[in-house]
Amino acid sequence: MKNERFRKGYRLILVLILMVSVRSVTFAAGQEVKIGAALSMTGAAAAYGATQKNGIQLASDEINAAAGSDGIKIVPLFDDDASVPQQGINVYNKFINADRVALIIGPTLSNTAQVTNRIAQQSGVPVLAISNTAKGITDIGDYIFRDSLTEAVVIPNTIRVAKEKLGIKKVAILYGDDDAFTKGGYDAFKNALSEAGIEILSEMTFAKGDRNFSPQLTQLKSLNPDAIVVSALVEEASGILSQARQLGIPATVPIIGGNGFNSPALIKNAGESAEGVIVGAAWNMTSTNPLNKHFVDAYTNRFGSPPDQFAAQAYAGVYIALEAVKKAGSADNRKAIREAMAQIKDFDTVLGKFSFTAGRDADHTPVVQTVKGGKFVVFGE
Amino acid sequence: MSLLLQQLVNGLFIGSVYGLFAVGYTLVFGVLDILNMAHATVFTLGGLVALWLVEGSGMSIWAAFPLAVLFSGLLGLVLDRVAFAPLRQRSDTYFSGLISSIAMAIIFESAALGLFGAHTVRFPPNTIKTDIWRIEGVTITSLQVEIVLVALILMGALSLFLHRTRTGKAIRAVAESERTARLLGIHVDGIIASTFFVSSALGGAAGILFGLYFDALSPDMGRSIELKGLAVIVLGGMGSIPGAILGGLTFGLSEVLTVAVTGKSNLRDAVAFTVLFAVLLLRPEGLLGRRRAREV
Repeated sequence: MKNERFRKGYRLILVLILMVSVRSVTFAAGQEVKIGAALSMTGAAAAYGATQKNGIQLASDEINAAAGSDGIKIVPLFDDDASVPQQGINVYNKFINADRVALIIGPTLSNTAQVTNRIAQQSGVPVLAISNTAKGITDIGDYIFRDSLTEAVVIPNTIRVAKEKLGIKKVAILYGDDDAFTKGGYDAFKNALSEAGIEILSEMTFAKGDRNFSPQLTQLKSLNPDAIVVSALVEEASGILSQARQLGIPATVPIIGGNGFNSPALIKNAGESAEGVIVGAAWNMTSTNPLNKHFVDAYTNRFGSPPDQFAAQAYAGVYIALEAVKKAGSADNRKAIREAMAQIKDFDTVLGKFSFTAGRDADHTPVVQTVKGGKFVVFGE
Repeated sequence: MSLLLQQLVNGLFIGSVYGLFAVGYTLVFGVLDILNMAHATVFTLGGLVALWLVEGSGMSIWAAFPLAVLFSGLLGLVLDRVAFAPLRQRSDTYFSGLISSIAMAIIFESAALGLFGAHTVRFPPNTIKTDIWRIEGVTITSLQVEIVLVALILMGALSLFLHRTRTGKAIRAVAESERTARLLGIHVDGIIASTFFVSSALGGAAGILFGLYFDALSPDMGRSIELKGLAVIVLGGMGSIPGAILGGLTFGLSEVLTVAVTGKSNLRDAVAFTVLFAVLLLRPEGLLGRRRAREV
């Protein structure tokens, strides 16, 4: 009996030694970083989640191909938060406790991030948001970062550039007042307009799910504004654009929109009425920066359609994470990765020169786009 | 002045779509005393099927429109067979029919979601050639005129059908008294089925017109009009066809004018339903409803 027990213990030790030696072999051959990507692949935000996944996959494959035998490799773990916070919590718990990821990228929606990021903060797992623009996401704690520019940065820039190029003096505002995102966009527009000294002639609202905007647009048209500022999600935005042009608001009166306008679906659904619309964006697709050109070509070749802003922010996110891991000198020390990420400054990405602010928000130059010939192009060029 | 005129045009236009939707709604109520809660989903499916025909097979909208209307009518027959006919002999048929039509609404909406996806879709550009006219500062598009004309023609045709044809007269007889109609040798079940066909065809037509004008179709688009349709038929007088048309126009105008005056959309429904409330206080039978001695 005694002998038997001794043999079992001996075997166990042997196995342990074997495991440790195997592990040290992989260390020598290069490190692997586990990154959990919590994305909305089904549900309301599924369209955004799909291109985000492409962006992350593309960046990871590029990094792994370039790493060779001794570089750092990325292991992206994708999971679906179904566009709802409850499922996001499950995904986060799995990433943090079962998969033991080094950091988390996501989630797609700010609404989900508000809930899930508290769990990551408590567990000391760094989170890099790639599409959250709502206020307060990074205020959750010092482990929460984002590479997506907030409305508070993008919108004032849009208004400033539009005023400079078009000499806008008075505008009318139309916004959805029953949605956190469109209401937030309206607040940012209002601040930016008053700072730029632009007069607001009238403010009108609509409700989620509305399809008839002609009463509001008729009233706004009668005030002869220089431009119409709209804070809406893409579904309503398309309807507003086409009805505005049908009601005879001339093309010389541009419509200025927020982040919700930033989708190829706008051009698809509003058709010709989308021409001339002015939208602030975090990423300039037409930028001739070689990094960006490479990204657009590689993405288009692989997925058959050009990337959007969400794909670009996801792609940049993986490279930012890699930079943090390199600087931290560890593939699994979450605290060290957090410290290193906070130090990132003037890092070259497809979004441009990228830094984190003291509040861990994204800091890079936004761009103003317009629609010309059925495509987003840089405004004023 | 031109501002007010423009808003009146906007109101009449949206009102005529409400009217067309409500006419189908009220027809079934007038005949059966049952609210068909699946009417709004037939409205949605009519629009989506027309879009599918235009986009999928490259059909012209003028060919797709009657086909999609026919399809909506057939949905009405399905509704009658599945949701209403099996319950007709029960003593609680009014209530159980209402509930089973809610079930059908959920089934239809899920079917739309499965077949067409949750995304908002639109008719391809140039499905219908649109001219824009400006008269005295008022903008009217040819599409708006066509939509109002189609709505008026369909409502006129319905009125002729009910008053001039044998089937129409039989429908009115069944509405008056099912038992008497049966004694007179009218095939009541067949008449009820054709009522559902006509009602749903009109609902589907309203869905297509709505989708064509607002360029945004989605499986849940019926929800925005469901409650309004109900309010419109209460306002006009339950079961009254001219009442539904008048109610639709009143509702459309009150909505548009509220938004125009207040600049906010959240008061829109409040005012529309306040108008409804006031009308019911003054005329409990609705604008054009007739007082009925209810049999107990």
